[in-house]
Amino acid sequence: MAYLWLVPALPLFGFLVNAFLGRRLDRKLTGLIGAGSVGLAFATTLFGLIQWLQRTAEEAATPVIEKLFDWVHVANFSVGMSIQIDPLSLLMMMIITGVGCLIHIYSIGYMSHDRDYSRYFAYLNLFTFSMLMLVMADNYLLLFLGWEGVGLCSYLLIGFWFEKKSAADAARKAFIVNRIGDFGFLLGLFLIFQYAGSLDFHQVFAKVPGLPTDIVMWIGLLLFAGAIGKSAQIPLYVWLPDAMEGPTPVSALIHAATMVTAGVYIVVRSNVIFAASDVASMTVAVIGAATALFTATMALVNNDIKRILAYSTVSQLGYMFLAAGVGAYSAAMFHITSHAFMKAALFLGAGSVMHALGGEETNIQKMGGLYKKIRGTAIAFIIAAAAMAGLPPLVGFFSKDLILESVFHRGQVKAEGILFFLWFIGIVTALLTAFYMFRAVFVTFFGKPRYSKEVESHIHESPRVMLWPVWALAILSIVGGVLGPGILDLGNNLHNFLKPVIESHAASEGAHSETSIDMLWGIALTLISVLMALAGVLIAYALYLRKHEQKMPDWLKPVHNTLAHKYWVDEAYYYVFIVPGKAIAHFLSGIFDLTILDGLVNGTGKFFDGLSNLIRKAQNGFIRSYATWMMLGVIGVFLFWMMFGVKK
Amino acid sequence: MAISTETYLIVSAILFTIGAIGVLTRRNALIIFMSIEMMLNAVNLTFVAFGKELGEIAGQLYVFFVLVVAAAEVVVGLAIIVNIFRSRDTVDIDDINVLKG
Amino acid sequence: MMEYILFGILSLVAVVSGVGVITLRQPVHCALSFLLTLASLAGLYLLLTAPFVAIIQIIVYAGAIMVLFVFVMMLLHAQRGEGPTQYLPWQGLVGGMLALLFLGLVSYFSIFANAAKTSVSPAPPVICQAPKGLGDIPSMAHCLFNQFLFPFELASVLLLAAMIGAVVLTKKVE
Repeated sequence: MAYLWLVPALPLFGFLVNAFLGRRLDRKLTGLIGAGSVGLAFATTLFGLIQWLQRTAEEAATPVIEKLFDWVHVANFSVGMSIQIDPLSLLMMMIITGVGCLIHIYSIGYMSHDRDYSRYFAYLNLFTFSMLMLVMADNYLLLFLGWEGVGLCSYLLIGFWFEKKSAADAARKAFIVNRIGDFGFLLGLFLIFQYAGSLDFHQVFAKVPGLPTDIVMWIGLLLFAGAIGKSAQIPLYVWLPDAMEGPTPVSALIHAATMVTAGVYIVVRSNVIFAASDVASMTVAVIGAATALFTATMALVNNDIKRILAYSTVSQLGYMFLAAGVGAYSAAMFHITSHAFMKAALFLGAGSVMHALGGEETNIQKMGGLYKKIRGTAIAFIIAAAAMAGLPPLVGFFSKDLILESVFHRGQVKAEGILFFLWFIGIVTALLTAFYMFRAVFVTFFGKPRYSKEVESHIHESPRVMLWPVWALAILSIVGGVLGPGILDLGNNLHNFLKPVIESHAASEGAHSETSIDMLWGIALTLISVLMALAGVLIAYALYLRKHEQKMPDWLKPVHNTLAHKYWVDEAYYYVFIVPGKAIAHFLSGIFDLTILDGLVNGTGKFFDGLSNLIRKAQNGFIRSYATWMMLGVIGVFLFWMMFGVKK
Repeated sequence: MAISTETYLIVSAILFTIGAIGVLTRRNALIIFMSIEMMLNAVNLTFVAFGKELGEIAGQLYVFFVLVVAAAEVVVGLAIIVNIFRSRDTVDIDDINVLKG
Repeated sequence: MMEYILFGILSLVAVVSGVGVITLRQPVHCALSFLLTLASLAGLYLLLTAPFVAIIQIIVYAGAIMVLFVFVMMLLHAQRGEGPTQYLPWQGLVGGMLALLFLGLVSYFSIFANAAKTSVSPAPPVICQAPKGLGDIPSMAHCLFNQFLFPFELASVLLLAAMIGAVVLTKKVE
């Protein structure tokens, strides 16, 4: 297992090569290094996974920790650059390198006409490295390093085409909103260090049972604050839709499969902390559910294909947090995995659609009838959309159903009414998810074509380098179900895999009883979620695929308006935060800095200037005045002697 | 009765003061120089007076050395004054006020 | 008795000619007045049983240094007196007052401090014992070449340096 440091090192190497030598390298070589480094990392991870699976049960219960070198060593604060291999990190590594590799390959085709080819791959590799460090860290500080790294790469990649003002603005928005979350995260780290004396996972988790409950609650809430920023939950979700200004593969990798899942990862990794505090866990669950519903409503009326998928991502992340909040950690991880497959497939497919129509068009109202023209992409997209909607037997069905079951079951176990309410929200959101996904499908691929004639002549299927990754991900969406529990509760493979991580600490026992739901209830709940999914598809069909156009009834118009304007949240943020912030900045820079601070500095200079002007009058060049001063000195000495006596 | 040492000291002090006034007041460089010499002479008188009081020959020997130093100083000082006169054509020290701040 | 009269005349002449040095307008007059001061001082040295010093004073100070002064005055055409005061108008007043203050302080020390001292402190150590008597040339020679040999040699070096300095300083620059 000692070779697993190669996994983050390979993308780092790719980054260095492409960043410094990329301009001079042949395009093919750049793409090869970029995608190849991640591919090799995937192979290494796979090898490591196989080795891990061959371990016995007791061996598998302890993670492998490998200290690379001492990073910080100050007084009694010491943090090592050490990586931890356990089921959770292995799972994330597989997702990052596997899905990442496919997206890198896709990018070779998608970005082939871009002039900043090598810079793109350099950033992408740097992101992969940071994300891997995040999940492989064995202490909070190293995790934070990766956390910040992915934030930085997100900024760099969203603003990849920085000459476009909207892209630069979106990148800045992402970074700043992220930072707000990071502030909370750092406060959480400070609390952890102060009360646990260390930032290593093991030491911290061992100390959690002994800490006062409100401290644990605050730690949990603060860590979750960071997750809210990074994973775009309410109220810090506003950056994710704008982040679609970046290249589509970036959206697929960062804003669907990996970076945004870092927040969920952190909650699952710190499950000891969250399990110990009911308040923190419930906060996570409530915010997750609220976000899921809220953003799903905004996806209903959006006309930009990428933004529909962006809101969908935020909504699905809400599901993951809902699961983590009720203690169903392996269900959350399962949904991360399945969502990675589905959303990446959808984003890459959307990228292929954009590519087919000339490269810039994202408005679905200008598409239509593409099924006949780009059949390969279309079928993969539809498969992924069906998985997203939760239709069996695709992976989305399994993971979403598992989450909803866990929430409901937890409500039964703890007899808290609010949990049933959260389940209800989840069900409604499932209906909405199916609806907007298939709305997108029908409007984009079916119906009358709404694009111009000249665009029509250019429509072509994507090259193989782009098509195959999309298909690979679509196939994964089909077969991924084996990871979770079967309908009749066969297997439950992922949960068993993750058991050592989730149930290795005494504090978390008793909080997990996902699988012991009553068989009858299980079937009933599954049926309900399938019904919801089908209902969503049918409503979308009725509204968007029937031959005659439907008019929107008047009573629906204000609702539609609000949703289309995203509930005016961005505007609210602007007036509440940005305008006062700008005013304060103006005051500080214009008035405070110029007048007070500069005045202080210049004033000191002027004071000494004046003082020296005064003193230099003594040097007037006349010898007689110098002699006078000497005389005064002599008299002074005599006076001194007179008063104090001549000292022997 | 011999004249007391204090009397000689008073005379010496008066001479010294006269020299000091000369240095502070006159503007001709040569006069200032002579005033300085007068101050040195006053000090010589003090030395000899104390030598007489303590019965020491060392007092007169100090005068000897002061004389030597005064001679050397006059030589160099006058050379400098000659130089200044050559370049500025004046010995009024108020006109030599270039080194001012 | 004779001593008092001599002392009175000599000190009076010294002071008056001293005043003359700083008061007379023409520099040559000042030089001559200074010569008178030097001569009366030489007389005072004689009164203080320092014959050798008195003679040396006449020969070196009056005879060599003052001649040098007069030579330089000739060289610099310093016949004119000083012009009217342009700068530092109050200098004379301030200088005079400071000097008088100084005089007062020194007198205080000479008269009163001296009286307080002699009654208390022990006798100071003898620097050099005069074998023959005070002021005799053999006594001076004895102390000069035994006790003060090193300063003596240094003095000659100093004179050498002054000579060289004078030559260098007054060389005409090509």
